[in-house]
Amino acid sequence: MSPRQLSRTAANTPPIYLDNQSTTRIDPRVLEAMLPYLTDDYGNPHSSSHAYGRNAAAVIHADPREIVFTSGATEANNLAIKGAAHFARTYSQSGHSRGHIIALQTEHKCVLESCKELEREGFSVTYMPVEPSGLVSLAALEAAISARTLLVSVMAAHNEIGVIQPLAEIGALCRSNGVLFHSDAAQAFGKIPLDVEAMKIDLLSISGHKIYGPKGIGALYVQRRPRVRLLPLIDGGGQERGLRSGTLPTPLCVGLGRAAAIAGEEMAEEAERLRRLSDGLLRNLARRLSGLRLNGDAERRLTGSLNLTLSGIPAQALIEACPSIAISTGSACTSASVEPSYVLRALGLSDELANASIRLGLGRFTTAAEVEFAADALAAAASGLTGRDGTPT
Amino acid sequence: MHTGRETYLDWNATAPLRPEAAAAVSEALASWGNPSSVHRRGRVARRIIERAREEIAGLLGGVDPRGVVFVSGGTEANNLALLGTDRERVLVSAVEHDSVRQVLPTAETIPVDRDGVVAVDALDRLLAADPRPALVSVMFANNETGVIQPVGEIASLARRYGALFHCDAVQAAGRLALDTGAIGADLISLSAHKLGGPPAVGALVVTGDLDLASLLRGGGQERGRRAGTENVPGIAGFAAAAKAAVEEIAAYDRVRVLRASLEAEIAVAAPEAVIYGTGVMRLPNTSAIAMPGVAAETQVIALDLDGVMVSAGAACSSGKVGPSHVLAAMGVDAALAASTIRVSLGGSSSETDIAHFLHAWTALRRRHRGFSERARAA
Repeated sequence: MSPRQLSRTAANTPPIYLDNQSTTRIDPRVLEAMLPYLTDDYGNPHSSSHAYGRNAAAVIHADPREIVFTSGATEANNLAIKGAAHFARTYSQSGHSRGHIIALQTEHKCVLESCKELEREGFSVTYMPVEPSGLVSLAALEAAISARTLLVSVMAAHNEIGVIQPLAEIGALCRSNGVLFHSDAAQAFGKIPLDVEAMKIDLLSISGHKIYGPKGIGALYVQRRPRVRLLPLIDGGGQERGLRSGTLPTPLCVGLGRAAAIAGEEMAEEAERLRRLSDGLLRNLARRLSGLRLNGDAERRLTGSLNLTLSGIPAQALIEACPSIAISTGSACTSASVEPSYVLRALGLSDELANASIRLGLGRFTTAAEVEFAADALAAAASGLTGRDGTPT
Repeated sequence: MHTGRETYLDWNATAPLRPEAAAAVSEALASWGNPSSVHRRGRVARRIIERAREEIAGLLGGVDPRGVVFVSGGTEANNLALLGTDRERVLVSAVEHDSVRQVLPTAETIPVDRDGVVAVDALDRLLAADPRPALVSVMFANNETGVIQPVGEIASLARRYGALFHCDAVQAAGRLALDTGAIGADLISLSAHKLGGPPAVGALVVTGDLDLASLLRGGGQERGRRAGTENVPGIAGFAAAAKAAVEEIAAYDRVRVLRASLEAEIAVAAPEAVIYGTGVMRLPNTSAIAMPGVAAETQVIALDLDGVMVSAGAACSSGKVGPSHVLAAMGVDAALAASTIRVSLGGSSSETDIAHFLHAWTALRRRHRGFSERARAA
């Protein structure tokens, strides 16, 4: 049966899921690892959490003792940025306090909002513009770093446009200036090779549910040598070496560990498979829709991620016209909002073009047939909305 | 003697996952959408959360479900209550959990009496002495002793002085029928895993019209009061556990009887033993018992070798057992406090469990007394 013959219109058929940046389906192997801990095993796990952190640490070439479990990447990002800033403010030596933070304008909301909170507390923040490709300008970053700069926060791979930043170059620049380098790797972890040592990353945020693991768990990598010091956001029983109080959720830690191990093992193969699928999808759509443009750097991006502008076609209308596929206009956190994406605006897109952009995220469970079906559905809906057939033939 | 039988009497640390909760978690894990997504997968996840909000409201005798803010657990709920309300003065009782006590270095301490009950007149004087806007944080029931606080009185006192009242009800929820009206708190902390739900989920319940500054910033989840993709399976499990806990609240009448027989047996077998808070209202499941002269750590290890799991006070951070701040605040002698263990029962605790504990506990006592007597004779 060809995908064209598949009936995807019935309300009870799950839509084809192409929103893997927003969240991912839990891998059955992860679920299997977690279930015994949900049913058989109880007892407050005040034992060492190092064992659970080992797999996540291995994926980024870190030590298990450098992994602090959190409730997710949002908390990890808040802890990294506010924790480092609050430590610097509280324990600044000889009156010399580093009170300046640099973040890209295209960072995730939770990074930007953490920075805004620090601004209200008296820290200064530079929100760096990016190149039209979505990549950081290293020269501009170098120029922005001063003797007062405490921390630079750059997302490893972008949640809306998928671009991968030059992490090793940023890390080298930060290290040579004595500046902490934090990277939000919620999208990148387990999808591209990361090496905190080689890339000189001091703090790195990880999410469980973006790598086919459970929701409610994430982690922050906190470098030990030299030791990066943070003040905790959540205080109490002193778990996670005082950096994160609260009873550690064993099933979720196990789930994150298993998800990380699978991602580590299958990363290269999966990235290649997604590259073939998304390249095919892009070519297919470009052939049938004139004026289609890919946002963000065409080369340096996550292989499963596509952000496309279909000039003249409002994204909301397009999504509504395609109920058989689950896609979004951008970050789920802000997808209920009618504002154009601040990320696409930072790339230089007009409001109109930003509002004509959709995000497609292919993942581990996306099949070639689904991609083909989605291309047909999108092309047909787009043609309907422009009132003409976009197909050149 | 270890018969191979395992007896879990550490329910205040964590409760076994209820089958209803395990089923709800598994089901929600399989439906995996992001609740903020507009598409169908997102809407399914959103519905799970909104239904859960109603179950949690039901746990408190029915509050406005919109006041339920889901967080990563009791610790975060307590942190959010103290930090998110941004009051100039914060007063916390001397027996609060560390997740209340450690949050603000500037917090003032409300003393307790010898039974561990908050001295309401002292709180009155503290509030009268300083007119700045205050937050009062007093737990519903203590995690180490089970002692219940006069929360209704504290609430009206706080109200009289225009202070907010936060109540950490983590240990009480699911063990006592709670009524928000009777508690009278503006903010209530709850934890899922203490009532048979999964770990890493809890709620801060805001009962009135109150602005709460988010501790975690980011996407506008939980009406801007808590950022981060919601732990949907955890929330589903929390709701299922809360529902079951409300339905099975009567089980704690039986638990109360079991505890009474446990304490009566101890009193008969060991006249020197001390049980705290017996003269005041306590949770039906908790017993803090001192065996003078035997270190709590020694007791916990010996009981564990016999298959009985209890704890030496609050089980929080890895292996860290300091002197109990709760017993110290009650004026308990440091040596006696250091020989106190916490025995906490739950809905499925049985007479056999109690017998097992008593057998192991009295055997341990005999061994130590024998040793002491031999030492004296030598």
